[in-house]
Amino acid sequence: MRDDDKGGGADRIAIRALHKRFGALEVLKGVDLTVARGEVVVVMGPSGSGKTTLIRCMNLLEEPDAGTVTVCGRTVECGGAMRRRERARQVRAIRHRTAMVFQQFNLFPHLTALGNVAEGPLSVRGMPREAARVLGLGLLDRVGLADKADEYPARLSGGQKQRVAIARALAMEPEVVLFDEPTSALDPELHAEVLAVMRELARDGMTMVVVTHEVQFAREAADRVVFMDGGVVLESGPPQEFLNHPVHPRAQAFLRLVAHDTPAPPPGGEPPARPARWEHAR
Amino acid sequence: MDLVVQDFPQLLEAMGITLLLGVVSFVLGCALGLPLALARISGYRLLRGVAIAYVSVFRGTPLLIQIMLVYYGLPQLGVMIEPVPSAILALTLYAAAYLSENFRAGVIAVDRGQWEAAQSMGMPYGRLLRRIVAPQAVRVALPPIGSRFIALMKDTSLASVVTVVELTRAAESIGSSTFRYMEAFAVAGLAYWLINTLLSVGQGALERRLGRAYA
Repeated sequence: MRDDDKGGGADRIAIRALHKRFGALEVLKGVDLTVARGEVVVVMGPSGSGKTTLIRCMNLLEEPDAGTVTVCGRTVECGGAMRRRERARQVRAIRHRTAMVFQQFNLFPHLTALGNVAEGPLSVRGMPREAARVLGLGLLDRVGLADKADEYPARLSGGQKQRVAIARALAMEPEVVLFDEPTSALDPELHAEVLAVMRELARDGMTMVVVTHEVQFAREAADRVVFMDGGVVLESGPPQEFLNHPVHPRAQAFLRLVAHDTPAPPPGGEPPARPARWEHAR
Repeated sequence: MDLVVQDFPQLLEAMGITLLLGVVSFVLGCALGLPLALARISGYRLLRGVAIAYVSVFRGTPLLIQIMLVYYGLPQLGVMIEPVPSAILALTLYAAAYLSENFRAGVIAVDRGQWEAAQSMGMPYGRLLRRIVAPQAVRVALPPIGSRFIALMKDTSLASVVTVVELTRAAESIGSSTFRYMEAFAVAGLAYWLINTLLSVGQGALERRLGRAYA
């Protein structure tokens, strides 16, 4: 933990009793989670465990059915407890303080790399054109893509696209960055360049929530790993502890599947790894 | 050949009327079709219902009947409209129904992730539509919109039934006074084809321009 003040006031994110269902499928069954300022939390779990839904609830891209989401002091009470207008105000405030990096990048294909990065400052933060351009170029430089400023996304590799997407997220000057499986859509040899940018961001003290299967990243950059399965948080702890000595049998089984560098859990007696039964709706 | 030379001024004027009907109805049809498309995809049931009903009526009935209702029918209700405005009104209402569907097709073709990326920045809905969705939607919707414009240009010939002297009616009157129907209608057809060829060329240029980012 690089931040001592872990009091309630320092929490960047506080999720309480969060529930979400898609039709008959209950994806989140009462999740509690806090993320302190400057903390890097990695969320792991098998496909369908609810981790992507959880991170999408943090900026209200997904509408939880019940529970509360508090981000940077702004609270949304879910399940119809809030007046529509007040809720919209809080959601907007939360989105202005957070930024998201998506699995599929979601770069704007009609804008250049620079255009993508400058779009938020221009049309959300109301920044003058020249200032947005300077900010955008600086951020592209920071992710190592200053020379690609005028390229359209169609001309970039997957790793380059995701780095532009990270620059675009940073352009909002967020207090929290949410990463939803940022390397899952990339060829393996492209993971490193994206993870390097993320590691640097973590070093700079950014508060980050990262849904990922990247064990090595968790080991090096995370302050805490949260393991989810079946819509609940099963285990949470410092990366060395969790990755080396997972307590819950399902966490052990999961880690055996994703990590070859994890010590083998004690033999015998555990259930086999749960197959991915469903991919929850997006 | 005499016919063409002698009646050239009349044909040219009629061509102007055809262009006027087609272009004005297209522009007004777009202006009406866009809010219809947005209503159709909105979260409000009432708005959706209105848009669905509108498209159903104006796409589901013949344009000829719509034109005659406006010009011959409305006077019964005390509303008298001149021939050219009548034709423009009917063509606009009719085109808007089709164009709204073209716009809607373009909007729903934009990937969900594009909306989410903009929403996650806290971008207001109007700006999201204008800056993120519209540029991508237009690119997808352009070919069907171009086809609709061309179809509309030809549909203006139906204005001839409400006494508008556009290309088709002009050809008919030249034919009947000279008994050279073949030449008269052939020249009128050629004129439509010329107009529509220009429209196609314009559409192609626009497509290339909007496609630059995707090359």
